[in-house]
Amino acid sequence: MTKARTNASASQAVGRNMVINGAMNVSQRATSVTGIGASSGYFTCDRWQINVGATSAGRLTMTQTADGPNGISANCLKLDCTTADASIAAGERLSIGHNIEGQNLQRIGKGVAGAQQITVSFYVKASASFTFGVELYDQDAGRQITKLFDTTTDWVRHEFTLPADLDDGSSPFDDDNAASLGMFFWLHAGSSFTSGTLNTASFADDGTSTRAAGIDSFFSNTANNFFLTGVQLEVGPVATEFEQEDISTTLAKCQRYCYFLASSGAEVIVQYQGSYRCMKVGHPVTMRAAPTFAVGSFSNFSAFGGSNSTTTSLYAYVAKEFDDTNSLTVVNVKFESEL
Amino acid sequence: MNITSSQYLQDIEGNNSSVLATIDGQVLYVPVDAANTHYAEILRQVAAGTITIAAAD
Repeated sequence: MTKARTNASASQAVGRNMVINGAMNVSQRATSVTGIGASSGYFTCDRWQINVGATSAGRLTMTQTADGPNGISANCLKLDCTTADASIAAGERLSIGHNIEGQNLQRIGKGVAGAQQITVSFYVKASASFTFGVELYDQDAGRQITKLFDTTTDWVRHEFTLPADLDDGSSPFDDDNAASLGMFFWLHAGSSFTSGTLNTASFADDGTSTRAAGIDSFFSNTANNFFLTGVQLEVGPVATEFEQEDISTTLAKCQRYCYFLASSGAEVIVQYQGSYRCMKVGHPVTMRAAPTFAVGSFSNFSAFGGSNSTTTSLYAYVAKEFDDTNSLTVVNVKFESEL
Repeated sequence: MNITSSQYLQDIEGNNSSVLATIDGQVLYVPVDAANTHYAEILRQVAAGTITIAAAD
């Protein structure tokens, strides 16, 4: 007898997690940064962005910390409140964000008949009991949904299945390299984001005031800590076991958005044409877009005069004739093509 | 992003191929590519009249 093949294992498929570095294992920029809160940016764990709104007095230290839940990840992202903010202005916000390219979301089939449910799951703990929110934000269509979750001082896994979004029947995620879906962990928000009724049942047009209603403030006390890891976003109505991934795979995925050249040792700028020297770099992976680059320090020159940056390579020039006594070098060159 | 300076840089063929910008206190070489989020923000602030990009030297 031939047994019909089933699709029972499909939910365990490799690559089902649309989140990159959900285990917080890669932290190329730094493992700890203090004084965060004045502006948004990527500081420690790759692909995880701190988002702030209007100026807040609140400040925090962000670290990659070896305190993950056993069997899930050795690492987690930790936020430590270092300056409290008891007076929350309307436009203030603090969220941990993760943006996903539209071309990596096509499996959802969003916006048209046959659109899939999606399930988000993650591990959190905190210094005390808090209520925070996780939002999925459709950046192509300006639609969102938020679910509240509670913290304890122990690791807890939260799982939320979100309904398929048919939108107006004509709006799939853009099949390109721009951000189409953001996942935001809301930890602090002013009335601009909290004065409405939380939009929690289904994706709806962004009402701003409905995005974070009902959350506590991470900045309420300098004793507050928040820990996050094991973040997964997958198609379907089931939160499967957190997908483990080898570090080389995760690192390569992260390098599409950021990597460092010559973080130890120096990169030598070689003669290119009669009156130019040039640094030519082939990126380790194809980057999302032509990257911005920054130089940690220069030796025997102070700046590049021009550059050609593509998703696969960089040529950076300095107008200088060859001499046999001074090598031009740079160290700690950062390439970024973040979302 | 707090952009405090921006100036085009030319490649060796004379094209405005990048912008040397100071963004959030960091000196960055930003490619002229609308998919690059730094360049997109520079263009947004130029359109808003917040900044101008100086011509290349």
